[in-house]
Amino acid sequence: MYGFEYSKAASAEAAAQSLKDDEDAKVLAGGMTFIPTLKARLAMPTQVIDLNSLPELSGITVTADTVRIGAMTRHAHVAADADVKAAIPALAYLAGNIGDPMVRNRGTIGGSVANADPAACYPSAILGLGATVHTTERDIDGDSFFTEMFETALQEGELIKAVTFKRPDAAAYMKFPNPASRYAMVGVFLSKGSDGIRVGVTGAAPYAFRFAAAETALNADFSTQALENVTIDPDMLNTDMHATAAYRASLVLTMTKRAVDACL
Amino acid sequence: MTHTITFTLNGEQTTATVTPNHLAVDLLRDDLGKTGTHVGCDTSQCGACTLHLNGEPIKSCTLLAVQLDGTEITTIEGLAKNGDLHPMQAAFKEHHGLQCGFCTPGMIMSGIGIAQRNTTPDDATIRHELEGNICRCTGYQNIVTAIREGAKAMAEV
Repeated sequence: MYGFEYSKAASAEAAAQSLKDDEDAKVLAGGMTFIPTLKARLAMPTQVIDLNSLPELSGITVTADTVRIGAMTRHAHVAADADVKAAIPALAYLAGNIGDPMVRNRGTIGGSVANADPAACYPSAILGLGATVHTTERDIDGDSFFTEMFETALQEGELIKAVTFKRPDAAAYMKFPNPASRYAMVGVFLSKGSDGIRVGVTGAAPYAFRFAAAETALNADFSTQALENVTIDPDMLNTDMHATAAYRASLVLTMTKRAVDACL
Repeated sequence: MTHTITFTLNGEQTTATVTPNHLAVDLLRDDLGKTGTHVGCDTSQCGACTLHLNGEPIKSCTLLAVQLDGTEITTIEGLAKNGDLHPMQAAFKEHHGLQCGFCTPGMIMSGIGIAQRNTTPDDATIRHELEGNICRCTGYQNIVTAIREGAKAMAEV
């Protein structure tokens, strides 16, 4: 690791201001991506501001219509929370299958969403549940949050404070994990609610996206047969050492069908 | 700039002065002599560096030393009480849940976490929850048995 200054955040707003004052400052949430990045000398921040000093950023609030999760809430907490399990069991399942138990004891939803790793699980739920991302500046519609690989709608000096998910009538998360890293080679979060069907896909493309063709087909007929003639263009998908774009295209459809099955 | 941190290490109040770019596992091993916590991969994959932070298993190769401030840390050295092995340690001994032993401290710290989350975990649960611990001897069979029996023994205490 290169050297840097370290401080504990006094508040989310103060941390955001520090980011505005110093463009090379970084905030530390769970650190499950950021600390390995520092160790590999892929980042050289001037200062690291630790958000772990802010318990007010952690916690879960469930209402009749929504589940609000504070940015610093750990994956293990979401996975084990009885209210989340009752309101959106698919979301608890998603959180409980990120990484491994030790990673889930540190990793946070805010860190995962802000980092926007193309293979992270949470982005699929942001899209698949029509979430809203609350920041120190504003509320961002989840549908416009992911913009490029590792790029989001967050501006410099803007910090996520919480995420609110709409409670669906039914939902499922289907993940095809890379056997070594447990990251999603493809993950599909499907929900059925008052706004119709939502299908959020992660792992397949440079950034999470809604599978519009599948949503249209499933809104007309919520069955796996409805997906028989739906295709996805492999040109928009990733190819790497683990899977070709054509294989990922096949996985997206298979995971979507499994998610439909799970909701029937 | 250095930071002076205070934390509880295996029940003892501990103070250390660290630079921000120092890792928790390096502080424990190199500066405080607690070499029971191992570094296998140094990339948060293998779990050999697992210890308990405020009672929960975490990977200490992916934590800054300065983040230990104000926490309660238990390493493998802190499990035995008055010379008596912790039930999970005793189960690893009884069921020979190790070959070369390098991954063992992390396996035991993770195994205790599994037992705390599931009173009587079945083998499928144990295998799933051991995703973050790698045994390069591939001695998983006895590790799973040891955790299953260790969890039973912990429930009886």
